[in-house]
Amino acid sequence: MKIKSILSFGAIVAVASMAISALVGITSITAAHAADKVKVGFVYLTTPGDHGWTYAHEVGRQQVEKHFGDKVETTFVENVPEGPDSARVIRELAKQGNDIIFTTSFGYMDHTIKVAKEFPNVKFEHITGYKRSTNVATGNIRFYEGRYVQGVVAGLMTKSNKIGYVASFPIPEVIQGINAFGIGLRSVNPKAEVSVIWVNSWYDPVKEADAAKVHIAEGADILAQHTDSPAMLQTAQKAGALGFGQSSDMKAFAPKAQLFSSVNNWGPYYINKIQQLMDGKWSTGDGPDHWAGNTWVGMSDDFLVLSPFENMPADVAAAAAKAAADIKSGANKIFTGPIKDNTGKLRVPAGKTLNDGELFTTLDYYVDGIAGKIPG
Amino acid sequence: MISMIPRKHIPLSLTLLTPTIAIILTLLFGAGIFGLLGFSPLGSLYTFFVAPISRPDQIGDLFVKACPLIITATGLVFCFRANVWNIGAEGQLVFGAIFSGWMALSFPHWPAMTLMPAMIVASIIGGIFWAMIPALLKVRFNTNEILVSLMLTYVAALFIDWLVRGPWRDPMSFGFPLTKMYSDAALIHRIDVPFVGMLGQLHWGVVGALILAIFGGFVLSRTILGFQIKVMGDAPRAGRFAGFNPNLITIGVMAIAGGAAGLAGMVEVSASMGQLQPNVSFGYGFTAIIVAFLARLNPVGVIFAGLIVALAELGGDHAQIALGMPKVVTGVFKGVLLFMLLAGETFNRYHITWRHPAPMPGSREQ
Repeated sequence: MKIKSILSFGAIVAVASMAISALVGITSITAAHAADKVKVGFVYLTTPGDHGWTYAHEVGRQQVEKHFGDKVETTFVENVPEGPDSARVIRELAKQGNDIIFTTSFGYMDHTIKVAKEFPNVKFEHITGYKRSTNVATGNIRFYEGRYVQGVVAGLMTKSNKIGYVASFPIPEVIQGINAFGIGLRSVNPKAEVSVIWVNSWYDPVKEADAAKVHIAEGADILAQHTDSPAMLQTAQKAGALGFGQSSDMKAFAPKAQLFSSVNNWGPYYINKIQQLMDGKWSTGDGPDHWAGNTWVGMSDDFLVLSPFENMPADVAAAAAKAAADIKSGANKIFTGPIKDNTGKLRVPAGKTLNDGELFTTLDYYVDGIAGKIPG
Repeated sequence: MISMIPRKHIPLSLTLLTPTIAIILTLLFGAGIFGLLGFSPLGSLYTFFVAPISRPDQIGDLFVKACPLIITATGLVFCFRANVWNIGAEGQLVFGAIFSGWMALSFPHWPAMTLMPAMIVASIIGGIFWAMIPALLKVRFNTNEILVSLMLTYVAALFIDWLVRGPWRDPMSFGFPLTKMYSDAALIHRIDVPFVGMLGQLHWGVVGALILAIFGGFVLSRTILGFQIKVMGDAPRAGRFAGFNPNLITIGVMAIAGGAAGLAGMVEVSASMGQLQPNVSFGYGFTAIIVAFLARLNPVGVIFAGLIVALAELGGDHAQIALGMPKVVTGVFKGVLLFMLLAGETFNRYHITWRHPAPMPGSREQ
């Protein structure tokens, strides 16, 4: 009883003070303006640093600040492990009044969904996941488009016909990338073959460099990576091999080895979604087809950008530009049949193109041109 | 000439004073770092240590963060008291999570009444199993338990990684490394506190952690087992003369620490994750070492030490959100705190005086 009466007294005081502050608030326009700002939160897996996955997101955040100026206020939290801590951080960002929160790593998926239930008025954007709810949207980049162009360049540049690929984890995004690379490679060079080394990490410069050394020792002269550090390119440069950078332009780390980098350009996505929120048009995109609700865009909208083609002859650069232009225009959808796996079995019949759902659920094989098989 | 004379008797006041002074020095040092980074020292200390616990739900979250630390550190206290240096609680925690996860994933239809005890027992067995490897190697072959337990941490991390990417992966996860979600019976639920409601994420595991720490304090101070452990740690020769079996003590304390760490792994997964993933521990097993020492190797002190270290973690996140302060500052805090504690420990054990060096026995005076 006593506690209840204290609580109700507190409620009366709170309501009264709110009423008073509302009256006072009419005159304080500046305070109202501050509240008009859209507050945007970002959760980062690592410290942004100067290259790689989180750095690309940080560049996106800076583009948001530049684009909206005073209209937004952004906050980021770095080094958030993909566990219960992430739920606490996301929750704290929501409580601090952020209107939209971008969680930028796959491991935040369930925690984002969980916290989103507690804050129905806050919008959440989970990057690279597949679970959505009424206020959680998902977004990703078609990284594999850049890898197709890499495959084309690798096929034209290789002399040993051996390509080394340094991969992180056998999840759909990475398998899509390897297969797109293989399809691009085989489109120009029927003899070249890709071997894949899994380092079981997104960022481990020592392992990445070791994997690169093994590839080079086995005769590979072109290296590709689906990991985050510039170690592979640096190793390639020392050995006189060539390679492709990932997530951000890695030219500065290996100017003589980098053919080009696939650069993740999150800025347009963030700006677009924040603008939607400002206009009251934000949506999760959910419809009957779960996969269609995912914002999954690539080179067509400049979400994926290729850094300048370098260390290659003009005809190769021209072929790369042509391949990139065909993807951009939609003329080349990459995963269009006939696609055979590396045992010769026809997986996608001629004329059929894999849709988004199939890209996630049916790629349990390597295409022709990739050696070995998917682990696990 | 500075000389250090061992104290024959360490007064209780000094035992309590040392960690207090260490914390105050750490705060002063922290204020200095904030100043150097260009933040207001006092305002930053407030943001770091007061603001993160200014709401009831945040206090609940503080206990949640401290929970695995308290459970793990309580077990470690027994090891360290007996002079057995188990540095591998992190791996034992992972194995607790694996064993309890095995139960949860194998018997999703069991009711909580049977599944929960099964998971608790399994997690303790898992932790003990992983702790027995360094313990038995030490007893049988006199290997160094520091190295063996530490190295096994990495084996445990790779093992769970393999499980969730391979045999235990949820077929519906599109190849992503996650197990199925636990059934509701396998989850530790949040506490609905009377009159207050839910306090943040405060869950029943926290209650268990507090009971465990207090029970640990009782065992260590009031039972024969506790007495034997302390004697073997402080005066192994005396212990042997008294007829205590040092090998049994080693195995016993490793089992206690392993079991506790395993339990922490189960609680963390069942309360906060709901499924196994490649990472189930985020350095709790290592941070618990700091907690155990901050607590002066006293299980009840572990509760407070766990809360303080958890607060530093929460503060780090909060300072990022509120001030844009880099996360590494949290790591610096933890390091400085441990350093100050160990320095304090030295002053605690030794009396420092200025005096002429005593002549070495057998050396000739000039």
